[in-house]
Amino acid sequence: MSGAPAGGASPSGASASSPALAVDGLAFAYPDGRQVLYGVDLEVAQGERVALLGPNGAGKTTLLLHLNGILGAVSGGTGAGSIQVSGLPLRKDTVGEIRRRVGIVFQDPDDQLFMPTVADDVAFGPANLGLRGSELADRVHHALSQVGMADQADRPPHHLSFGQRRRVAVATVLAMEPEILVLDEPSSNLDPASRRELADILQSLDVAVLMVTHDLPYALQLCSRSLLLDGGRIVASGATRDLLADDALMRAHRLELPYGFDPLSVPAAPAVER
Amino acid sequence: MTLVVGPPSHAGAQGGAGEGSGTLASGHLPGHAHGHVGLGAPEEGLLVIRDTVVHRLPAQVKLVAVVAFVLVVVATPTGRWGAFAVYALLLAGVVAVAHVPARLVLRRMLIEVPFVVFAAVLPFVASGPRVEVLGVSVSATGLVAGATMLLKATLGVVAAIVLAATTAPREMLAGLERLRLPALLVAMLSFMIRYLAVVTGDLHRMRVARESRGDTGGRVGQAAAVAGTAGSLFVRSYERGERVHQAMLARGYAGHLPALVSGRAARAREWALAASLPVATLVTLVLFVSVVPR
Repeated sequence: MSGAPAGGASPSGASASSPALAVDGLAFAYPDGRQVLYGVDLEVAQGERVALLGPNGAGKTTLLLHLNGILGAVSGGTGAGSIQVSGLPLRKDTVGEIRRRVGIVFQDPDDQLFMPTVADDVAFGPANLGLRGSELADRVHHALSQVGMADQADRPPHHLSFGQRRRVAVATVLAMEPEILVLDEPSSNLDPASRRELADILQSLDVAVLMVTHDLPYALQLCSRSLLLDGGRIVASGATRDLLADDALMRAHRLELPYGFDPLSVPAAPAVER
Repeated sequence: MTLVVGPPSHAGAQGGAGEGSGTLASGHLPGHAHGHVGLGAPEEGLLVIRDTVVHRLPAQVKLVAVVAFVLVVVATPTGRWGAFAVYALLLAGVVAVAHVPARLVLRRMLIEVPFVVFAAVLPFVASGPRVEVLGVSVSATGLVAGATMLLKATLGVVAAIVLAATTAPREMLAGLERLRLPALLVAMLSFMIRYLAVVTGDLHRMRVARESRGDTGGRVGQAAAVAGTAGSLFVRSYERGERVHQAMLARGYAGHLPALVSGRAARAREWALAASLPVATLVTLVLFVSVVPR
């Protein structure tokens, strides 16, 4: 784990040509023999926002935990395939830098916010990267400002509302200046106002996003492109609006739009030139 | 427990009726209030929010002062009642300066009750010359030893109450860190404080779910359900621990937690101010032992 370069210097390996995230032939089985991923291929371009859709049990969360080497061959598990983040392949000696580049926001903010105060928690990642003193304080303040929580820095996480905690969880990974933000069910348990506020924040960020969600209107609003994962494989990829409008595909993979929602009647997220 | 009608206020959160989202309600469940007195909002602990010179002292200074005070109190020979009276006055002075309500101190002193029982037994079981108190024959040495023990314990408990009422848990952690407590212990305490509220919330929801399905609780016949709750609470907490660990790894955790940002170094003036309590106590002890005859 000493392979991570100290400090948060801007990534030298990133180039405009290599995608923010490239996954190739990823397969994985848990130690009890239950295989979850059967060869996943996907790509997220620099600055692109992509939704990862799929029914419960499709392997979405398992896939997310591979993206920074928490699960998979890198951490001693059984698996095959390769992952590259902005051109840097995930290996044992690069896992530290990969974890800086891939910012995962977990579904339950109580799992992610484990330090005594909001500021301590946002400082956790950059401090692990070697930042100290005023540089660290600046990074924390900037990340909290990006999600509109700078005035709550000294509060204990438990005093915040659920929506505020979700936003702080986003700040904890933004503080590491990731190349790609990976969100697990970002809109779950949020009231409509918090859900919209989070969407505004995600739209204001200049970073690639991969977002696992069951909230199909949210995917349509935020992500120009969507991937459909089922049975451990990517079964469809395309413009979010086209996927959601494909009735047969949706039905075949247990996806349903909310009552009365017509994906063709609302403006879709603008596409990113790839 | 008093109920407040009207908009919630932060100042009303002191003591037992806390404002923690999950734990507040648990105190109001009929038949269960006894189990939650004082649990309030665990992440603020027993803090009484005021702005006094005692509150503003860094936690490490207060921790050292309390430990030094308790050491002097414990070192005081048996039966030096005058010294104990002066200690009590000194401590009462600190309580007044810190604006901690006396009623609150008295209520929190209830935690001492088991010690009182033990001290009360001493006069009856100790040997030596007997004296008559209210027509009951008790051991004279046991009586003195029991009373001294009670006084020492009370002084220690009140000092700890003042510390807890003037220091937020997160400041306490930063203070312990500055006192070079091993990082692993600081981390364990930190996680305990952070997740106490979460686990209490889990427990509360599970109990509400159980009682919503007709389990009234409290009877021996329901012990199996309670045991089941405890078991699944353990499994839940264990799984949460695994998820928290994953979240830590995802942000580059490599075996040690970074220093807390909330702490700050203490100034010499603050050390001197905090030292005034244990030093005054020590001077009192020396005076009473060397000058005042028994």
